Amino acid sequence: MPEHPRIVSANDLLAGDVIYLARTGGWTRHLAEAAVATDADSAAALLAAAELQPDVAVGPYLAEVATDGPAPRPLHYREVFRTRGPSNRPDLGRQAGAR
Amino acid sequence: MYRYDEFDADFLRARNAQFREQVSRRIDGRLTEDEFKPLRLQNGLYLQLHAYMLRVAIPYGTLSSAQMRVLAEVAERWDRGYGHFTTRQNIQFNWVRLADAPDILDRLAEAGLHAIQTSGNCIRNVTADHFAGAAADEIEDPRPLAELIRQWSTAHPEFLFLPRKFKIAVSGTPADRAVTMAHDIGLRARRGPGGEVGYTVILGGGMGRTPMLGKVVREFLPKADLLAYLEAILAVYNLHGRRDNKYKARIKILVHETGLEALKGEIEAEFARRKRLFDGPEVVPSAEELARIAGHFAPPVLSGRAEVSAIEARAREADPAFALWAEVNTHPHRAPGHAIVTVSLKAPGEAPGDASSEQMRALADLADRYSLGELRISHLQNVILPHVARDDLPALHAALNRHGLATANAGLITDIIACPGLDYCALATARSIPIAQDIARRFADPDKARAIGAFEIKISGCINACGHHHVGHVGILGLEKAGVESYQITLGGDPGPVAAVGERAGPGLAADEVGPAMERLVAAYLAHRAGPDERFVDTFRRVGAAAFRSALYTREAA
Repeated sequence: MPEHPRIVSANDLLAGDVIYLARTGGWTRHLAEAAVATDADSAAALLAAAELQPDVAVGPYLAEVATDGPAPRPLHYREVFRTRGPSNRPDLGRQAGAR
Repeated sequence: MYRYDEFDADFLRARNAQFREQVSRRIDGRLTEDEFKPLRLQNGLYLQLHAYMLRVAIPYGTLSSAQMRVLAEVAERWDRGYGHFTTRQNIQFNWVRLADAPDILDRLAEAGLHAIQTSGNCIRNVTADHFAGAAADEIEDPRPLAELIRQWSTAHPEFLFLPRKFKIAVSGTPADRAVTMAHDIGLRARRGPGGEVGYTVILGGGMGRTPMLGKVVREFLPKADLLAYLEAILAVYNLHGRRDNKYKARIKILVHETGLEALKGEIEAEFARRKRLFDGPEVVPSAEELARIAGHFAPPVLSGRAEVSAIEARAREADPAFALWAEVNTHPHRAPGHAIVTVSLKAPGEAPGDASSEQMRALADLADRYSLGELRISHLQNVILPHVARDDLPALHAALNRHGLATANAGLITDIIACPGLDYCALATARSIPIAQDIARRFADPDKARAIGAFEIKISGCINACGHHHVGHVGILGLEKAGVESYQITLGGDPGPVAAVGERAGPGLAADEVGPAMERLVAAYLAHRAGPDERFVDTFRRVGAAAFRSALYTREAA
C-alpha cells in the first residue's frame, strides 16, 4: 500500500488546542504552514524534532494527509474534526475563527 | 444537603495549592508531560481533541443553587459559556486553559466543589439515585451512605493506585435509578428480617468493551458493616486485579475469571479482619459522625398541601403543553402535594446534557424559588428539582419555557443519553451528539414521542461506553470501520432493576442510516406491542429480536 504524506499534529501545552509542526521547525495553527514528510525516514525525523519540544506541544503524533491543494488535507475523519472543532457547534473551535 | 466542614475546606485548599504548584512546574518545564499527566488527571484535567477538559464531581448528583451558580460562573469566566453534564453525575468544561485550571479549582473549592478522583485508577465520584431523599418509593435516602463513601474514598491511601478505575453507585430503592447492576460495586437498599435497613451488595458489573451485569455478593449487609465490607472488596481487588492488561483490569474480569464464590470467600475473610479494625478500639465511623452526616440530609420541611392541586388541574385543562410536561416530567414525591421535576437537557436538536451559563443560573434561581435551593444531576444527563409543590408547577413550567428548558420528554425516545463522542473526546472513534440530534429531531413532535412511550436510546462514541449503550433499550455504539464512522446497534438492554445487556442486532450502519433505521424500528415496535403501556424493551423480550432486526436492516427500495 503506498504511503501517504504525513504531518505532525499535537496539542498546545498552554491552550490545549491543535497545533502542527511547521516547516520552520516551530509550531503553527495553520495547516498550510505544516511540515510535510513524504517518506518514512523524514516522518520519523519530523516526529523526533517535535518530541524535542515537550514544553510547547503535548502528545505529538503523525497524521496522514493528502497534498492535493494549497494546504495539507488530513485524511482521517478524526484529524478533519481536529482542524475544525465540534461538528455540532460551528461557533466553537478552529472553524469559528474561519467564519 | 451536605456542607463541607473545616477539614474538607482545608483539604481542598491544600490540594489545590499543590496542584497550582504542579501546573506551574509543568509550564516552566520542571515537570515533563509524563510526570505531569497523572497529576493533572488526578485533578480531573484531561487533554481532549480541541482543548483541555476539566471534569468536576457532583457527588451523588446533589447540588445547591449556590454551587450551580458557581458552575455557571466557571463556564462563563474560563470556558465558552456552557458545561456538559455526564452519565456519572459530573460536569465537564471543554475549553479550559492549563494556566487557568488552578484558579477554576480554587473558585470551585469556595463552593465545596472539586475535581478530585474524577479520573485515574482510583475510586471515582460516587453516584446515586437522582430522586434520593424525595421519591415516594424510597426505602431510605442513600445520600448519607454515599457521602460516607465519598469521605472514606477521597485520598484513601490504600486505594489511589488500583489496577483500574472503580465506580460505586448507591440506590435507596429497589426501583434502582442508579444502574447499580452495571457498576464495579452497586449498593441497593433493602429491609432485613426485622425491618432494619441494609444494603444488597452487587459486585463486578460494568460496561466498556466487556459488558457484564453485577452479581450479588451479599443479599443483605447491615449498614454498620458497609465501609469494612467495601474496604475488603477493594483490598482483594487491589491484590488480585490484573495490572498486566488494562482491558482485563476491572473487577468484573476478576469476578469472572475467579468465580464469585471463590472471590467471595476471600472478601469475607478480609472483611472479618477489617471489621475488627473498624470496630475497635474506636468504632469507625462513630455514631456521632454518622449522625452528623445524616443531619445534613434531614428530610426537608415542606408545607402541608392537599394531595391533588387544583391549580395544577386547572392549568392542565387550559394548556395542553403544560399538561404533557406535568405528566411526563414529574415523578411522585413522598410528601403530599409535591412533585419531583425533571428538567430536560434534551431539547431536540441540542447536545444531550449541555447547559449554558444562562440556563444554569436560571435553574439555580428556580431551585431557590421552588425547590428549597436544591438540584440534582441525573446520570440521564438531566437536571432535577426534587421538592416542588404541585401548585407551583404551572409557574415553574412557564419559567423553564423562557429558558428553553421545558421540553416534555423525560424517559421518552428523545431523552437520549449521548457521550461527547468524537466532537470532543480524544478516545472516541465516532461522533455521538449528531446521531442523538438526528434521532431527536425525527421524534421531536411531543405527542408522537408521548405515544411511543418509555424508550431509552443510549449512544456511546467508543467501546468505553460512557453513553451506557449496553443498557439502552436501543444502544448505539460508534466505531470506525474502513475509515468511516459506523454505528453498531444493540437491542434489549435495560438499566433498571431487571437489568440486561443489549444484544447486537447486526452489521454497523452508516451515520445517515441510523435515524431512518430508528424510525423503522419504532414503527415495528408500535405494530408489535401489546398496548401503550408495554415498553419497547418488554415487547422485545416478548416478541424476540427477529422482527426488530428485520426492521432495522430492511431499507426502503431506492
